[in-house]
Amino acid sequence: MEALEIARWQFGIVTVYHFLMVPLTIGLGTLVAILQTRWHKTGNEAYLRMTKFWGKLFLINFIMGVATGIVQEFQFGMAWSEYSRFVGDVFGAPLAMEALLAFFVESTFLGLWIFGWKKLPAKVHLACLWIAVAGSIVSAYFILVANSWMQHPVGVEMIDGRPVMVDAWAVFTNNTALVAFFHTITGALAVAGGFLLGISWYHLWRRRKDGIDTVDANGRVVVGESATIPGRDKKDHSVWIKSLRFGAVVAMIAFAGSAISGDLSGKLMFEQQPMKMAAAEAACHDGTGFSILSIGNVGSRDCSDVVAVMEIPGLLSFLAHNDFTTDIKGVNTLIPEYQEKYGTHLPDDPMYGARAGQEINYVPIMPVTYWGFRMMIGFGGLAAAAAAVALWLTRKGTVPRSKGLMRLALVGILAPFGANAAGWIFTEMGRQPFVVAPNPAMSGVDQVFMFTAAAVSPGVSAGEVIFSLVALTTVYAVLLVVEVVLLTKFIRGGVVSAMPELDQTKKKDDGGNGPGGEADDDVLAFAY
Amino acid sequence: MDFLPTLWFILIAVLWIGYLFLEGFDLGVGMLMKTFARGEKERRVLLNTVGPVWDGNEVWLLTAGGATFAAFPFWYASLFSALYIPLVFVLLGLIFRAVAFEYRGKVHNDTWRTVWDWAIALGSLVAAFGIGAMLALTTTGLPLNENGDRVGGAFAWFTWYAVIGGLAIVGFAVIHAAAFVALKTDGDIRHRARRLVGRWMPVGLAPMAVWAIAVALENGKWFSWLLIAVAVAAAVTSWAANRAGREGFSFLAMGGFLLAGAAAIFSAVYPVVLPSTLDPLWNLTVENASSSSYTLGLMSIVAAFGVPLVLAYQAWTYWIFRKRITAAHLPEPHDFAPAVALATAGAAPAGATGTTPTGSAS
Repeated sequence: MEALEIARWQFGIVTVYHFLMVPLTIGLGTLVAILQTRWHKTGNEAYLRMTKFWGKLFLINFIMGVATGIVQEFQFGMAWSEYSRFVGDVFGAPLAMEALLAFFVESTFLGLWIFGWKKLPAKVHLACLWIAVAGSIVSAYFILVANSWMQHPVGVEMIDGRPVMVDAWAVFTNNTALVAFFHTITGALAVAGGFLLGISWYHLWRRRKDGIDTVDANGRVVVGESATIPGRDKKDHSVWIKSLRFGAVVAMIAFAGSAISGDLSGKLMFEQQPMKMAAAEAACHDGTGFSILSIGNVGSRDCSDVVAVMEIPGLLSFLAHNDFTTDIKGVNTLIPEYQEKYGTHLPDDPMYGARAGQEINYVPIMPVTYWGFRMMIGFGGLAAAAAAVALWLTRKGTVPRSKGLMRLALVGILAPFGANAAGWIFTEMGRQPFVVAPNPAMSGVDQVFMFTAAAVSPGVSAGEVIFSLVALTTVYAVLLVVEVVLLTKFIRGGVVSAMPELDQTKKKDDGGNGPGGEADDDVLAFAY
Repeated sequence: MDFLPTLWFILIAVLWIGYLFLEGFDLGVGMLMKTFARGEKERRVLLNTVGPVWDGNEVWLLTAGGATFAAFPFWYASLFSALYIPLVFVLLGLIFRAVAFEYRGKVHNDTWRTVWDWAIALGSLVAAFGIGAMLALTTTGLPLNENGDRVGGAFAWFTWYAVIGGLAIVGFAVIHAAAFVALKTDGDIRHRARRLVGRWMPVGLAPMAVWAIAVALENGKWFSWLLIAVAVAAAVTSWAANRAGREGFSFLAMGGFLLAGAAAIFSAVYPVVLPSTLDPLWNLTVENASSSSYTLGLMSIVAAFGVPLVLAYQAWTYWIFRKRITAAHLPEPHDFAPAVALATAGAAPAGATGTTPTGSAS
């Protein structure tokens, strides 16, 4: 393999990995901030417990997002130097703004939140969390502005063969970016909602199984307490039932939001990147039908291999144009159009290295786009269904003892992650063979585009990229195991894992003989 | 139009100096974890001196990188791709270090803590060395062709300059961290940190002096030499203040050393941002490596608003956590008895994860 292919694998792996952490950070951060606000407003201790427990899990995950985010910024220059030179004038700005206006805010105020318990006035402490959460949301916006410019370049003119920014407003209000932002935030909330739902379900189920909670003749919960299991008091029940129902409601609203934004995004894509959407449909010929199932030779990019088994007539036109009759262009129609506009072969330019003069294949790898698109929607729908079922089943205050239904918790947690990952793979792979996809509507400067084949660093050898791919993938794999083990440990621990003072099974004299004494008021409530 | 690229050259220098000043001491504290700290309590004291701030400090690196991308895309592309291998190590170092800070205290177990202590110490060392090497090569040059791409293979960057630059940042970070620890702690550890500064400062700061003098000899301008003299004076002041027990003043004077020293280096190289050792015609300069003046103008407005804001709230953070930290301020480390595992095992859990008493002093 040459450096280009390896660098693409690396980009895909580190980006999808980073994006396992990011939605949970954004979504869970928002929910913890809401919970802490509820605690301030109501004084109900259940909300304090929720803040501390979910806050702990939030921090364990947050740090992984931070650590893997640095790779994201460095790899443009390291592995994609020609790309960086080409787009630097317009693409670097949102990246720099993310660091300066958003990430500084997030990191600094989160530090204040972690270490500021009891040290800062309660309202200031709460404000720190909200500011940090706002930082993470603004951060997402800037990154999506940068990414959306690669999907749909705007606000530039070609000068000396490079796009030069002439209209910052157009770049920062790119319709692709605004829709992607809405879609990403709702996706993040779906992840966090499912996370609350799944973990709370598990604890409520344990309480039933351990005989702490029972149900009366009407199916209503009778909340109990245990003297021997740490943290299993009456308040503990209300922590989990409140978390579960809160998470389920958030997941359902988030799903509705992501369906709306996804539909908007799809309509834009039919205009902006028709080939991506045709490939998402495995639609070879023009038509109006949405494929329920198409089969073909997996790995083949040849349209003649693809057979639509089931189709809903009109639905595709509706997704693209809100009517049922307009024909949507298929791959076979689009290929000559792309060839006419952007050439049939890579230019004979030294920047393409050995790839100069090669024929260009304008069709992305169809099984990836086709299944990526369906997995995104399918997993999203599954998560929303799980949330609806959970809401119905818990209407009387607890979950059934069924072990089978326990699987619902797992679906609730994992499906939204699957939907997010599949969505990104679809949107990035569907852009190929372009790293900067051409903007068909851009008058006069339709030539603002870049082939992925031209973007890779010319001076970097395949060996170097193999080394970094192996090193990063190994480290990421190890750290993923560590994170999951740690999350599992704290999840199994329950609220006591974040608030050891709630452990009613421990004698008080355990901790009393420390050197603390009069300094106790000054103890860092959270410390390393 | 020369003004905006020059302004951005200065701004990027400021971002790097800000990064080295702030993360300098938390990288150094990381390195001290395995060499200087005695026992678990001292290691936790060290960690908590930087606990609330290290993450915010690290963003200076991201901002320096992002600003270079936005303002000088050619500089960013050439430098980062030329230093591919060392930057992979920097990334791995920063990843391990960040995760270790957060995860170290999450499990009450000696092996677990030892592993993460090594991750912090080695991660900090490798990151500091790699960033030093990168900055040194920015000022002394790399074998770049006319397109700005490295020639000569994956290790073409490996020169004495890279080693000296790496040692310069490692040495500075250790001394800077010791001065910081002397300022932020109390008791025995405070006095040992002060002794460390007094004894090792000349050794720790020497590589940076060598680097600055080498660059100034090459491109000598009178103000570069003046700045070097200021840096030396600041270092002497820092040493004397440390000896006199004025830790705050000593720490700030150390910052003065960094500021003057880095300014000497950056100013000597200006207007070149990345020299090519193959042909001076292929040097990247503030002019031929920069973005358009429209982009630079936009970024200037954002920076004029953003930088003071960042400085203000970061200063506030340092003010909030200004108290000296001692072991007495730290909560006892604790492990919890998990609600679920206990229930499964019945009543008494066996050993490993469970209910070891938390009082064991180290």
